This record gives sequence, C-alpha cells and structure tokens, in this order.
Amino acid sequence: MDYVLLGEQFFNGFQLGIILFMMAAGLTLVFGIMDLVNLAHGTLYMFGAFFAAQISIWTGSFTWAILLALPLSLIAGIILEVTVLRTLYTRDHLDQVLATFGLILFFNELFLLVFGAAGMALPLPAVLSGQVEFLGGIVVPVYRLFMILMGLLLALILYILVSKTRMGMLVRAGASNREMVGALGINIRLLYTGVFGLGAAMAGFAGMIQVPITQAQSGMGEDVLILAFVVIVIGGIGSIRGAFVAAIIIGIIDTMGRSFMDVALLQFLPTNAAEDAGPAISSMLIYLIMAVVLAFRPQGLFPPRGV
Amino acid sequence: MIRLISKTMAVLAAVLIFVPQVQAKEVRIGYVTTLTTGGSLLGKQMKLAVEIALDHMGNKMGPLDAKVIFEDDGFKPKIGKQKTEKLIKKDKVHFLAGYIWSHVLGASAPVALKAGKFFISSNAGHSLYAGKKCHKNFFNAAWENSQTPMAMGELLNKKGVKSLYIMTANYAAGKQMVAGVEATFKGKIIGKDLTPWPSHSDWSAEFAKAKAAKPDGVFIFYPGAATAKYLTQYRQAGLDKTLPLYHVFSIDGANLPLLQKAGLKNVIGTRQTSFWSPDLDNAQNKKFVAAYRKRSGGIYPAFYAAQAYDTMFLIKSAVEGVNGNLKDIDGMRAAMKKADFPSVRGKFRFGKNHFPIQNFYEREVVVDKDGRWAVENRGVVLKDHETPYVKDCKM
Repeated sequence: MDYVLLGEQFFNGFQLGIILFMMAAGLTLVFGIMDLVNLAHGTLYMFGAFFAAQISIWTGSFTWAILLALPLSLIAGIILEVTVLRTLYTRDHLDQVLATFGLILFFNELFLLVFGAAGMALPLPAVLSGQVEFLGGIVVPVYRLFMILMGLLLALILYILVSKTRMGMLVRAGASNREMVGALGINIRLLYTGVFGLGAAMAGFAGMIQVPITQAQSGMGEDVLILAFVVIVIGGIGSIRGAFVAAIIIGIIDTMGRSFMDVALLQFLPTNAAEDAGPAISSMLIYLIMAVVLAFRPQGLFPPRGV
Repeated sequence: MIRLISKTMAVLAAVLIFVPQVQAKEVRIGYVTTLTTGGSLLGKQMKLAVEIALDHMGNKMGPLDAKVIFEDDGFKPKIGKQKTEKLIKKDKVHFLAGYIWSHVLGASAPVALKAGKFFISSNAGHSLYAGKKCHKNFFNAAWENSQTPMAMGELLNKKGVKSLYIMTANYAAGKQMVAGVEATFKGKIIGKDLTPWPSHSDWSAEFAKAKAAKPDGVFIFYPGAATAKYLTQYRQAGLDKTLPLYHVFSIDGANLPLLQKAGLKNVIGTRQTSFWSPDLDNAQNKKFVAAYRKRSGGIYPAFYAAQAYDTMFLIKSAVEGVNGNLKDIDGMRAAMKKADFPSVRGKFRFGKNHFPIQNFYEREVVVDKDGRWAVENRGVVLKDHETPYVKDCKM
C-alpha cells in the first residue's frame, strides 16, 4: 500500500466531508427543528455559487466575491422562507417535498436561462492556486487546504452559536420539543426564519467555496443534496455534532471507495469484472452504510436529546 | 338505434373516402438533441448548424420544402425516447436525426426503426449499432465511438508514450472509448477510472491515484462543460506540469471559449484526434466554418456542428435521389448509401453498416491569429478507417 496515496486520499475525503458538513448542518437544523423537508436546500447552494461567480466578474476579486455572496445567500434564504416555505410548516411532508421540488425545477431553469448552460468559473487568487507539500511527500492543492480551514472555522462558530448563546439554546430546545418552546412564549416564527437563514447561509457558503473547483452550474445542488441527506440520516436528524461526524465519515469512505475499490476487487475477481464492478460498488458504498445505520440505529448515530 | 349508427357510419365512411389524399409537399425532419442542462452547450451548436444548412439549401430538398422540428432530450435516455415517439406519432416526421448521447440513442433508435423511419445519428456512435444491431434504416453521419480513440492509440504510439492512465465518463460511450484506445495502444495501461456521468464533478481522488501511478500520459473523455472543471482541477493539483494530457471529444469549439475565459492555459499544445478539423481544406468546409463563425460571433464550430451540417445534406441527397417521392424508402436508402453529397470532411463512403469510412486526424489546441483558442489539423493518423465492429453486422 502506497502511504503517500493513502495520505492524499484521506485528505481528499476529509475535504469532501467538510463541504458535506456545511450542506448538512443547515439541512439537519431545518429538518430537525422546523420539521420541514426542504429539497430546495441544494438550490441555496446554487445561489451561493452563482452569487460568488457573478460578483467576481463584476469586482474581479475573489475576496469580495466570498464576502458579498455570504450575506446575499442569507437574504435569499430569508426571502424564500418568508414568501414560500412559511406556508408549508403546517402541511404534511409530502406537500413539502412537492413544493420544494417545484422550487428546484423553477430555479434550475431560471438560472439556466439567465446564466446559460456553460457554467461560470471563479478564478483563484495566485496565493491559493498552488500546491503545498507536507511531510513524507504528500502534495495537496493549497485551495483545498483553505476549504478545510474555512469549514472547520465555520463548524467552530456554529458550535459556539448553538451551545453558548441564547439563540443556540432556543434552537436546541426547538430540536427537542417544538410545542413546548412555543408554549413558553418564544416567537417561534422569528426563530424559524433565523434558523432557515442560517442554514441558507451555510449552504450558500458551501456552494461559493466549491465554485473554484467545479464551477457554478444550474442543477449543481442536487448531487450534493442527496449526499447531505445521507449524512443527516446517519448523523441523526437535528444534530449538528452528528452531521459533522457523519459528513467526515461519508467523505472519507466515499473517497476511499473510489480510490481503492477496484484494486481490492482485483484480489478475488478477474480484471474485467473488477473494472465493471469497482465504480458501481464504490458509488453504492455510502448508501450501504446508511442502510446499516438505519437497521441498527434508526435514530442515527447522535440523535438530539429528548426526541 | 341500429339504423342511426349505420347511417352515421356510412356518412363517416363517405367523408373518409372523399377527403383528398394530401400529397407530401414537405419533408419533415425530427431533430432530437440536448437544449437544456450542461449538455446544451453541444446541442445548441448542432441546432445552429442545422439552421445554417437549411439556409444554404434555401429550405429546399429537391422539390420539397424542408421542415425541421427540434426536440430537447434533457440529457436523459427516457426523455429522448418520449420525444422520438412524439415526433413519429404527432409530427409524422419522415426522418429522425440528431442524438448526441449514446445512451439516449440506445433508448430512442429502436422506437424509430420499428416505426419504419430513417434514423440518422449526428453524433452518438454507439458501437452496437455499427455491429450486431446494424439496421438497414440506420445511418451514422459521424463515426463509431471506438474509432477516434483508436486513432488516439496510434498517436500515443507515435509520440512514444509507454504507460497510460485512463479517465472517462462512465456511460455507454465512455466504455467504448476505452475499448478503442486499448485496441491500438501498444504500451501499458497502468490505471483506469470510470467516473459517474454526468454527476461527477470532483476528481481529487482520481488525480491522487494518477499521480501515484506515474504514467507517461493521461487519456480522457469528458465532453462539453465537464472539461472546464476537469482542467481547472488538473491545474490546481499541479498535474499539468507533470502529466501530459491526451483527449478525445473533450476539447473543441464548443467549450474552448469557456476554457479561454477561465484562463486554463494548460490546454494549449495538448493533442487530440478527430475525423474533422475546422481548417480542413475543402470548399464545403470553408463555406460552413465561415457561415458558422459569422452567426456565432466568431466562435468556431465543434465537430458536433460539422456532423449536424453534414446530416442535413445527407438527408437532402436522399430526398433528391427519389425526386421528392418520400414513399420510396428503398430509393432513399440507396441514395444515402452512396454518400453522394459535399461533406465538410471531404470525400468519404459508407461501410455496409452505414457508418462512415474516413480519415482521422491529429489536432493540436492552438491560439489562432486573432488570439482566439482553436484546434488545428496536424495531419492524418488513420487513413480510410472503418470501424472494426462492422464484422458483427449481418446486413
């Protein structure tokens, strides 16, 4: 086994996990606290990506793109909550799925019409575009290291916000028992809007930080959304800590599967069969893990207390 | 009651008999391509080329008016099939043409062929239809999937590449591309990644593997908008300095403007193979490229556009061959088999499976005299090449 390759793949998996965490954190809060199945969470990811790409075209600056796109994503999320999603809280999950699926179709087509099919790039500043070498010859792109640091920073801020502040206390209380929080005279509607805006900002941030790698493209949110749902199911719906741990696990397992599955299969399968089965099994891997978790711990690895 | 019904039937029958049979004054062509999603980058090139072709023939094919009905497959086999059915049943088209993707073609062609329509692929070169599933009413105006990578295999041998790492999109065409390059490449293939298509957008894991494998070159097949992402990450990972890139159907007039806008200079000087090049020296090609660039604001046509343009002239040759009598299916087929029309690739002929027998060229990505990124012809790699799958065709 090549130890440099293993190290690099571990790094890649961790970086994928960080992106998944940013998506899953908002999704798990919205699902856990507001009991809203929001398929349009991927749309917010796309919002962030296009905001950043468009602002970088106007200003020519990567820093401005990130700094301005973040509050814009927050605002977009709040507008979406106030105009559309607010009416869905009292409906059942199927209505929510249908309505938010409609939002996906609407915004994907809108972005396609406005920005075109080609995708928009966000060029990196010189300082972020090189590679960095660690001990033992592990070489990784500087930008991916930057992504990890930003993700960890965001996780830390979220941790402090949720576990040390009054708003965080309400959020946690809401995750445990919604009716009781409302009965105690807390403005639940305002809390919901705040939580949704926070989730939107995180999804938007995940989107914009991903643009320099994959470009902004209509429909980009849906592939990540599916993974994010897997993450929150494994982590326990409503739990930020669970989302973090599950995101890192999923990121690393997915990357390791893509990297070593065909080699592993070659040990006991003929070449042709291994080549065909490798990609198929590695893309199934995380769903298999989800199935196992659901079978043995249906509430997820770290369910919020009191549920 | 019975009398009422029988009277009504009689009147209806009379009406049916005396309605004059409408003579076909126009030839209707259903054109299925991708006009939404990331794939529309390619589909829109094809649509423009079809419109230019109609212009150049004055909207006439022989004595008939030519009418093209465009449909969008949404990059999905299921939708492509539905649109094909709609074109046959509702629009009553005489020809079905277009089809970028092999998996969309795989779902759509059986429907059209069963209905007795001509099916002309303007791009997708599904290997099965060149071999086992070849059909008397199926024509391909492009190539069979494995041919271009076979030319690439030869080119790699010529360049002295001894070890190769392969990365392709994991769908019908991607697998056939791999088979093609494996058929002619004489060196060792030391790694192979088939990535989910079109959802895969981050190649970090694959790049780490390729780097560890230390090949002489990397061969890729990622059509359309995906290429820009791939090349961005290739450069971020620093591979552009160590691993030379060889590609088929991945870098062309459709996405070079994007790559240029994104400043992906590492693409300049890389090599690819193709059956056609915008600078091929023949009258039809010059006319087509000039007209296309005029309509597109200077953007070069990609091979998708070239094939779409040729498709229209192939259909025209069929209609002219029977002097507009669209009922003469055998006559139209015989006319198309001759490939007797001015093609942008120069003179070529059809094999018995109705796939072209043609040259394949080496092309280099260059900066043209106006500073625009383009591809240029670097000479013939395979001469008069026919797909090896023709041996499986019993026709």
